[in-house]
Amino acid sequence: MSFFPVEKLTAAVSNPKLQTAIYDSTARLMNKRKAVIGPDSIDDFEAYREQARLIKQHTIDNLDFYLEELERNVVKHGGKVIWARDADEAVAFVRALCREKGVKRVVKSKSMTTEEIELNHELERDHIDVVETDLGEYILQLANEKPYHIVAPALHKTRYDVADIFTEKLGVEREEVIEKQTMIARRVLREKFVTAELGITGANFMIAESGAISITENEGNARLSSSAPRIQIAIAGIEKVIPRAQDLATFLKVLGRSATGQPLTVYTSFLSGPRRPGEIDGPEEFYLLLLDNGRTKVLADEGKRQSLYCIRCGACLNHCPVYRKIGGHNYPWVYSGPIGAILSPQFHGVSTDPWLPYASSLCGACAEVCPVKIEIPKILLELRHEVTDAKRLAGDGRMEKLVFQLYSFVMTRPGLYSFLAGLAPRFFPGRRDGAWINKVPGVMAIPPVAGWLSQRDLPPPPEKSFRECWRERSGGRR
Amino acid sequence: MSSSREAVLRKVRTALGRAAGAGVPPVPPPLIKIPVMTMERRIEVFIAAFEKLNGQAHRATSPAEALSCVQRILAGRRAIVSNAPFLDECGIATLPGIESGLTDRAKLREACLYLDVGITSVDYALADTGSFVLFSSAEEARMISLLPPCHIAIVPRERILTGLDELLTLHPVPSDRSSSMVLITGPSRTADIEQILVRGVHGPGEVHVIVV
Repeated sequence: MSFFPVEKLTAAVSNPKLQTAIYDSTARLMNKRKAVIGPDSIDDFEAYREQARLIKQHTIDNLDFYLEELERNVVKHGGKVIWARDADEAVAFVRALCREKGVKRVVKSKSMTTEEIELNHELERDHIDVVETDLGEYILQLANEKPYHIVAPALHKTRYDVADIFTEKLGVEREEVIEKQTMIARRVLREKFVTAELGITGANFMIAESGAISITENEGNARLSSSAPRIQIAIAGIEKVIPRAQDLATFLKVLGRSATGQPLTVYTSFLSGPRRPGEIDGPEEFYLLLLDNGRTKVLADEGKRQSLYCIRCGACLNHCPVYRKIGGHNYPWVYSGPIGAILSPQFHGVSTDPWLPYASSLCGACAEVCPVKIEIPKILLELRHEVTDAKRLAGDGRMEKLVFQLYSFVMTRPGLYSFLAGLAPRFFPGRRDGAWINKVPGVMAIPPVAGWLSQRDLPPPPEKSFRECWRERSGGRR
Repeated sequence: MSSSREAVLRKVRTALGRAAGAGVPPVPPPLIKIPVMTMERRIEVFIAAFEKLNGQAHRATSPAEALSCVQRILAGRRAIVSNAPFLDECGIATLPGIESGLTDRAKLREACLYLDVGITSVDYALADTGSFVLFSSAEEARMISLLPPCHIAIVPRERILTGLDELLTLHPVPSDRSSSMVLITGPSRTADIEQILVRGVHGPGEVHVIVV
């Protein structure tokens, strides 16, 4: 078996329709971001990125303190806080609550965390009608697919795909105009909003001092999910906490800009607990579910802990030459792109999908655009190191090791190197064409060498080496 | 699941090498910038930002003028109005075809579902982003600015702040005041299909402001 999932990757790369969809959408997102990070939109964007990183670093380094502060303040405002060690515990809580409260229908706003714990699937087993209400997520739910992108989940779907899905799943007349498709979704989902007993949302930020969550969105479905049903559950990873509301002045500025090129998204909700006496509407019960599910494992590694700073803006996906070719569904987990390539191995172990850290050219575009300045390329390299270590422990990669030992033996001995380099043209005289080394008898019979050469080539050996030329020009001086 | 609570906190502390109940070093100061801006400048900046979002801005010099402006925008459409005292002052509730004074959650939602327009005031407006700020209360329900396809916000000019930074300086703990503070920045929109912008997906697609 090949190291990379070659078949799946090739399928994506050789699908022109898909390539156009990914390329166009990510290009639009890149351009939108670029238009709002300059001085005519924000004074010193870099200073905000630096501040965002500082605040995340401080909070993550003192996470237990802020989680306890958050809990105290949520409770103070009449909310309940639930802690879940893993996906099973989180799902079990939601299922039990649904049973206890007689919930038949759930409306959900977009949340990567609930994708992570595969909540919908579990609730459907209990015959609960779970409805995704973000337009992109709704399309994918109907199509029974996972999000393709952290921010634009249906990025790979064209209006014609949507027309097919709506016609088949909703039984409506075929409609290819995007505005009208959107209105179909509005109409269908309205009915769901007003009849659901429970709304489940994520949280972009949890504010310790306020005991509140903040949700950022453009459609209004998160406002509806959090305000229309009688009960609200917000589900968030423990890393989402920040100290103060004033820190939102930084995070909202970088999040909207990095994600969709908006100085501020259309709706930013700041919610704490159920509705209070005197308030006309809002939920009667409010639950905040704090999820670990592997985060404390990431936290334990000081060098890679910064992976938890991620605010899920998706900018690293849009700017990644690899994501833009292979697309979102080739990443094994719900988090795709460069951030997925560093999160998945840390959550599931480097041996699960050892190719992931190698799915990068290390060009550094991800780190350059990351609003919280996560050093993604550095972490990818560390993970490659771990993959190699794991292979060694498993007794694999002996040949690779031997080759590199031989290589380093030669390269650290100038005399030997010079001698061998001098032999090369004599062994392969007259090789002037590009693909030469794979024509050398016997070379392609060595499996790792053949694998390496199937995608690469060596320049033919020159008549004279650099060192020889140097000696001649400098009159024999070494 | 109190055992889960202890387990998660213990894992966090072990990972960080921190003891239970340990304090924290001082948190870095927030990055807050509040520009100095005259009232007239705030209004200009606000309206420019709001119009850029495809909002429709109107100006009125008195509550009476605001009332006739509302009438023009409504053009016969039926509306629900919030219980904000400033809207009373403008006399909005006296217009024909207006639902007002609703305080019951179910009735209010029902009205919001079938009426064409929701009329609210705002707690603040933010000049730099063209946003409305609404705290949920007995005067302002969450649904009026959300369910009807059109939203009209009537903004007394002194409530226009320079931006988010000033708002969060005035309300460093917004949850002290309400269970919900929402910033509304233009009409509801989506770009989930082919990154093509469509307005009015779940919230209102038509948004007006009347600065009084």
